[in-house]
Amino acid sequence: MALSNETIQNNLIEKFGDQVLNFSTASGILSFESSKEINLKVLQYLYEEPSLAFTFLTDLCGVNYPDNLGAELVVVYHLHNFSENIRLRYSVSTSINETAVFTASKLFESANWMERETYDFFGINFIGHPNLKRILNVDEMDYFPLRKEYPLEDQTRIDKDDEMFGRG
Amino acid sequence: MEHQTHITLPKGSIEKTTTTLNIGPTHPATHGVFQNIMEVDGERVVSTEQTVGYIHRAFEKLAERRPLYQITPITDRLNYCSSPINNMGWHITCERFLKLDLPKRVDYLRVIIMELARISDHLICNSIVGVDTGAYTGFLYVMQYRELIYEIYEEVCGSRLTTNIGRIGGFERNFTNTAFTKLEKFLNEYPKVLKEFENLFARNRIFMERTKGTGGISAERALNYGFTGPNLRAAGVDYDVRVQQPYSSYQDFDFKVPVGTTGDNYDRFLVRNAEMYESISIIKQAYQKIQEFKGTDAEVYHADVPEYYLPKKEDVYTKMEALIWHFKIIMGEINLPKGQIYSAVEGGNGELGFYLVSDGGRTPFRLHFRRPCFIYYQAFEELIKGGMLSDAVVTMSSLNLIAGELDA
Repeated sequence: MALSNETIQNNLIEKFGDQVLNFSTASGILSFESSKEINLKVLQYLYEEPSLAFTFLTDLCGVNYPDNLGAELVVVYHLHNFSENIRLRYSVSTSINETAVFTASKLFESANWMERETYDFFGINFIGHPNLKRILNVDEMDYFPLRKEYPLEDQTRIDKDDEMFGRG
Repeated sequence: MEHQTHITLPKGSIEKTTTTLNIGPTHPATHGVFQNIMEVDGERVVSTEQTVGYIHRAFEKLAERRPLYQITPITDRLNYCSSPINNMGWHITCERFLKLDLPKRVDYLRVIIMELARISDHLICNSIVGVDTGAYTGFLYVMQYRELIYEIYEEVCGSRLTTNIGRIGGFERNFTNTAFTKLEKFLNEYPKVLKEFENLFARNRIFMERTKGTGGISAERALNYGFTGPNLRAAGVDYDVRVQQPYSSYQDFDFKVPVGTTGDNYDRFLVRNAEMYESISIIKQAYQKIQEFKGTDAEVYHADVPEYYLPKKEDVYTKMEALIWHFKIIMGEINLPKGQIYSAVEGGNGELGFYLVSDGGRTPFRLHFRRPCFIYYQAFEELIKGGMLSDAVVTMSSLNLIAGELDA
């Protein structure tokens, strides 16, 4: 039976009810969200349920939405089912003040460094991670540089304000 | 693997029985700036810790302040052995995001450039494996054929290593006749050289004994570690983005996806070697298809997308509309649609993915590069544990670790 975005969505809703939400499809990839407390349950179900079999973690990264109060940081998982050749995007959000998210590194070895990278840049604290320390930046760094609160440009420059980038 | 420790210490001694060995950050064996802190017992590797980030350049942060076309030069500097694939991957991501349709001829020209880049990438990797097993000859010999590839890049875009080749919507200029002549020269001369190169290694007893059975990984572990590209195919999984999610009209071409069985250094060498033959075949098919275009179709080298593709300079001087678009593009004043996309191409080392999030501004809100070698390098300890130190060096080079891609 071919796996389609609809069957995945129905399967997930059947299993998790209204705990999984905000289904949408963009560029052919189904995306959905859930609360961060059940991220491991969702990932494990996607991994172990034979009809889904999302056993390959393509990518894991963070995004910072400073305007979404209480859900400023988002962890995005891109999963892939090789035999059905279908991709899936799953995300959980967390508050910037309480950044604990369960680690996926027990399920996917590949998540180890990708979570370290996400910690390094966004300060997301992956609970249960075997070796959560900075990976690309220096260990002495005391901030998380990809958060939007750290603008790229020198703040003394007035010729490059946000207005010039379409965000007035 | 059980073995006797080489040093036996008296009871209660606080000395270690192993030696700590630093390989890198700059070391002839690393072929790039990254460090390995190894614990070795005699010549056997007990454990290792990989350190990366020495050439981290904050590309993802930089990209948040750049319009799309200014991000292309950043992608050059990821896997710099095959920059054109990174450039094309980024253009294709943008085109998919902006829902642009490209003419077939552009797709085929891109395929030629991408396959040339794949050959140069695999050629470097395989010849470096040769160097690390003690055969410098192959490396020096094939360098002059990589040079032919670089000359083709040079003819098409003007630069050699960090190419910044093409634009969103096509190429900056049509391929000249010289470019095609150089391509023909390459297609004529290279297969023979590749055969010689293969003869030098593939059945060479010293090479086989050094590479067979070292640095191996099973298909399950490779998948769990997020391997993609030749390293995954060497372990026996026939996953290739060109086949699974064709881009740039790869579905029009007939090619095989070579796979190995054991995922060891020897299989990785053979898979890369076989892929170079497939790439030659793809280039020949693409060149054939390009020659079949007649009339005005044979002159097409970009799509008609004035919002993203720079107008001709003479039009900028004489036509109002071209001048406006030129100004808007150069100043980065084109607003992007809202949304997000993940798009991947088959890079030199595996699935090179771009995750682009746009909030409707003029620059990406967030851009994440899925760099294949960053993800599979974490398996290095598992690959070399219990093996000889000299095998670890070969494993490191046969994984094709590129510091630029590790660190972004």
